[in-house]
Amino acid sequence: MPKANVTFEDIGVTVTVPAGTRLIEISEKVGAGITYGCREGECGTCMMKIVSGMENMSERSVLEDQVLKEIMAGRQNRLACQAQVLGGEVVVRPG
Amino acid sequence: MKAVEVAPGVHWIGALDPGMRDFDIILKTANGTTYNAYCVRGSSGVAVIDTVKESHAGEFFRRLEQVAGYDEITTIVLNHLEPDHTGALPELMRRAPNARLFISFKAQTMLKGLLKSEALAYTPVDTGDSVSLGDRTLRFLHTPFLHWPDTQCTWLEEDRILFSGDVFGCHFCDARLFNDRVGDFRFSFEYYYRHIMRPFREHVLAALDLIEPLAPALIAPAHGPVLRDAPSAYPRRYRQLASPQLANEAERDKTLLIFYISAYGNTARMAEAVRDGAESVDGVRVSLFDLQGGEVTPFVDLVEEADGLAFGSPTINGDAVKPIWDLLSSLAVIKVGDKLGASFGSYGWSGEAVAMIEDRLRGLKLRVPVSGIKVKLIPTDAELALCRDYGRELALHLTGRAARKVISMEELLSAAPATNPAITAKAVPTATP
Repeated sequence: MPKANVTFEDIGVTVTVPAGTRLIEISEKVGAGITYGCREGECGTCMMKIVSGMENMSERSVLEDQVLKEIMAGRQNRLACQAQVLGGEVVVRPG
Repeated sequence: MKAVEVAPGVHWIGALDPGMRDFDIILKTANGTTYNAYCVRGSSGVAVIDTVKESHAGEFFRRLEQVAGYDEITTIVLNHLEPDHTGALPELMRRAPNARLFISFKAQTMLKGLLKSEALAYTPVDTGDSVSLGDRTLRFLHTPFLHWPDTQCTWLEEDRILFSGDVFGCHFCDARLFNDRVGDFRFSFEYYYRHIMRPFREHVLAALDLIEPLAPALIAPAHGPVLRDAPSAYPRRYRQLASPQLANEAERDKTLLIFYISAYGNTARMAEAVRDGAESVDGVRVSLFDLQGGEVTPFVDLVEEADGLAFGSPTINGDAVKPIWDLLSSLAVIKVGDKLGASFGSYGWSGEAVAMIEDRLRGLKLRVPVSGIKVKLIPTDAELALCRDYGRELALHLTGRAARKVISMEELLSAAPATNPAITAKAVPTATP
């Protein structure tokens, strides 16, 4: 199975995950500071920053794109409850 | 009661609710509240700023009708969409067909959620946007999280009047309306800050940076007295309330608070070992508190200023003990989401407390980077050494010096608290029934 490495910059932990994993599946278990509200792509609470490796993330879904636009998010921001890691190296941090 | 002129061509058209005692479940008020709305007349338009709770709409419309005709209204501004300020909006929009609605750009999804209608036309605004009433200009200040994501203030430029929404407001009902005429509302002002604005103090400070340079001649909040006498005192007081009252002697250090409670001294000994370990790391100031020796409120004040929190609890009847939960259920009035959390404790046979506390800490949005330690009954020297290591690791995380780790998803899932509670010191069996 294709793997990806996700580094949570705020706590200095890298997790090797199967391709397709959503950040929400791992960020809390590993103890990273990304916080969640609705957990289903509506409230925008879990907005995080992709420090590097955006090219290794899934495209924004229509839902995610709409929420990020509404909260005036920057280009490096994604919702941790929606965004999937597709492969390679990705570095994320809260906010 | 009539509409009240607060400045030439600017009227208070709100409603009094002297019977209110509990507001939004979380607030008490001993003399009710007011829902303040305002009407501003310009040479080519009339603006209504905020409305009132739906139950008080009649009073609001009667006052509005004294100072403006519905067909004159060109502009409706909502500084905050909570229902106590938007209750009369649908009816106002129906009666004033020429009006354009202005809301903060962050309020757009809330408007749909409140009115359950996609049809309502509105203009989203941000700091710097303005709307003209001819000889008067309303300018918007985006002041998010005071106390909802959508909150904004509206600045009447020519008169230097700030319509501040819930900021600088309070639940205090007095028909004399102005701060120099009403009863003593200082307690209500501070109580409102502490319960409504306190969790958002960084946002309070950011908003004050926008507001204070304006030097308002009058502040017109959405609840409580209109602040016309010495208005600058109120932003100044907010700045004091949002800042730590005492200087931190260890300003450059990270601070770790260890709260514990112990029935037989076992969890207490673990707490001391965690402290010793944490203190062995430079740049960390550790404080140890026995929850039996204090009340919740001062501990909440301490927590607000801390960088890390560790909770030590025995497990009694499968749960952490009540003083722990009392403190952990009292943190909604402060911001804790950027802190580090940790948990440890001694147990008799099952030891659920540690993982339950960790789950609560995660629920409060703390990061919990090191799995907690639990010890069966009396800690051995080896187990106390593990507690010291644990304290040391917490301190390294606090100071950003923890070793970087690489783990697999399988390891992560098998160590997940939900399925396999916190690491147990040594090879002690965990689930003796």
